[in-house]
Amino acid sequence: MGHVPAGPELFHAQANAALKDPQLRQNFRGAMDYLQDKRKNAFVDPVEEDKIRTLCESIRKRCLSKLPELLEQLDANCTRNGIQVHWAQNDKEANNIIANIAQSHKARTMIKGKSMVSEEIELNHEMAKLGIECLESDMGEYIVQLDGDKPSHIIMPAIHKNKQEVSDTFEKHLDDFTPTVDVDELIQTGRTRLRQKFHDADIGLSGVNFAVAETGTLCLVENEGNGRMCTTVPKVHIAITGIEKVVEFLSDVPPLYSALTRSATGQAITTYFNMISSPRKRGELDGPVEVHLVLLDNGRTQAYQDEEMRKTLQCIRCGACMNHCPVYTRIGGHAYGTVYPGPIGKIISPHLMGLDNTKELVTASSLCGACGEVCPVRIPIPEMLQRLRTEAKNPPKPDAMPMKGQASAASTLESLAMKGFAFAATNPNLYHRGAWSATKLRGLVPNNMGPWTQCRTSPKLANKTLHQLIKARNKQAGDK
Amino acid sequence: MKLTSPSQSAKSAILSKLRGAKATVIEKEILDYPVWQSHDSELLKQRFIAGLSASHAEVICVRSSQIANAVEQVLTSKACKSVIVGGACDETAGVSEYEGGEFLTEILKGASHLDIVQFGREFEVLKSSLFNEIDAGITHCLGGIADTGTLVLWPDKAEPRSLSLIPPCHIALIKRSTIVSNFAGMMIEQSWQEKMPTHIVLISGPSKTADIQQTLAYGAHGPSQLVVILIDDVGVAQP
Repeated sequence: MGHVPAGPELFHAQANAALKDPQLRQNFRGAMDYLQDKRKNAFVDPVEEDKIRTLCESIRKRCLSKLPELLEQLDANCTRNGIQVHWAQNDKEANNIIANIAQSHKARTMIKGKSMVSEEIELNHEMAKLGIECLESDMGEYIVQLDGDKPSHIIMPAIHKNKQEVSDTFEKHLDDFTPTVDVDELIQTGRTRLRQKFHDADIGLSGVNFAVAETGTLCLVENEGNGRMCTTVPKVHIAITGIEKVVEFLSDVPPLYSALTRSATGQAITTYFNMISSPRKRGELDGPVEVHLVLLDNGRTQAYQDEEMRKTLQCIRCGACMNHCPVYTRIGGHAYGTVYPGPIGKIISPHLMGLDNTKELVTASSLCGACGEVCPVRIPIPEMLQRLRTEAKNPPKPDAMPMKGQASAASTLESLAMKGFAFAATNPNLYHRGAWSATKLRGLVPNNMGPWTQCRTSPKLANKTLHQLIKARNKQAGDK
Repeated sequence: MKLTSPSQSAKSAILSKLRGAKATVIEKEILDYPVWQSHDSELLKQRFIAGLSASHAEVICVRSSQIANAVEQVLTSKACKSVIVGGACDETAGVSEYEGGEFLTEILKGASHLDIVQFGREFEVLKSSLFNEIDAGITHCLGGIADTGTLVLWPDKAEPRSLSLIPPCHIALIKRSTIVSNFAGMMIEQSWQEKMPTHIVLISGPSKTADIQQTLAYGAHGPSQLVVILIDDVGVAQP
């Protein structure tokens, strides 16, 4: 059985469990070292890196600044090209749209390319209720699905498993499998089992990396060819994406694509880059006869409302922030209990799930800044985490749109303590008396201060206040 | 009262929320972005080959007179028994007007010792043999990208997209004169935005994955072998 987390509200317990699992920690340590190294080698020239990040940030900001217009343009151009466009406000609506398409074709099987948005709406689970089998075809996702597990990384879903564990998974779930730790053999096993599924599937489902408004084109980045299979072989192709993935011009794609592959896996380019602009046209001999595009909101419009939070939507899902996060590296992706783990997950999940469910996550950062430093579109993740921490503690300001779950982490005791401190600190008489008393009572500070002293010594107050020290120093200088 | 579908009402609600944010529109900035480029044809060729070779593809350089021979050698070395090519002329499928790629004659000659299937019927008719029987698919390319060692394919009526996807070996023919410096440049020079076809695919090596313990393995779902026949047509006098 895999490490299926219950949810983000149990973050602390899940993180503790992950920290106590030496195999999991070793798997993540190895994988993160590998990915960090790959990215470093992909951006050897810091000047070039700086320029491409600035350009990509500028493209994403511009496209988001025109988001409603670009979505309408995308809708119109896709429709003109013969792609059927659907809009969904939440997971339920998206699943209904997909279920209706499936039922109109009497579909029993759906083969899926990699799509985090389909994880977000729990598509497999919802389709199973209707008797439609959804099979993951990305190798990592396939392994994870066999185990009844969930992806722990957005680029490498089975990163938490080593080859021995993959062999164990195959042995448990696949007939006629001879255990092996030869990776080529393991991959060939997956290839053989999935090939017939591609052949037989009624519907192919994929995500979208970039949706081009100018031409009505859906771009898909991949290495394995499963994305091509899902979008070529079945008679119906359904693409699902968050509304933020739209770009204005076709010329916006090459720099974003380059930044994505280099940041994600350190590749100059992936094996395949698909640009899909229409279903099979008259006279063409292959490709799906129907292509559908589902545009999903699911909380993204909330992030869009606020100029600072809007930067969350710049994300191109490369996963570099996870690969460089000291917290993610140690606890892995499952501990977060969210579809998107790591730093980006901590800033996107509050919009998708509400701050009430995710208030623990926004505090799970050392604010070291590594995530912000590697982000190819320069999302200021540490600043946004601080902002979300504030929103989790305080009610909305009168002129601002409230966030779902706003003020859910508010504590009356903490609030009173801060108010008391503010009063004392702005009242000189009270402040000096308080500081004087504190220095006298310094011996009463306990050695055990809960989580703080788990890995630190208990802080001891100085025996003189700063004011007293400066006064003494000035006096000494005056005496000379 | 006009009835609206759930999707239409979702569209209105989403757009209304986005518009409510009153985001200030940012216009396009012209920013410098250093990409690899060269006007030296030899350098373009070398980088193209180096990129493809690094991605585990085999590259064979030939003159146009040697294409048939090269195709034959590749098919023999890969122990192929059957091969699929484009450019079929099947009157019943109504595709007689389609011409095959430029080098179809040479391809057919090179593969003449094998079972040759021409992609002249709808995919659904050929599907089972494509998945289960055919060893290699041969295609032409629209062009090449030197920077990353990438083939650009615009599948069409004559050369459908599954030719380069389903058989375990993909053999691609590319003319040296079609190799450009980088992806962005190719898009702009050829004004892609004015004429996007059903599907474009960029291919940089055989299918691969590193999903198991970061260990690279080839032949994940697409072709496990990619052989590129690079036809040297630069500086060759046209007959």
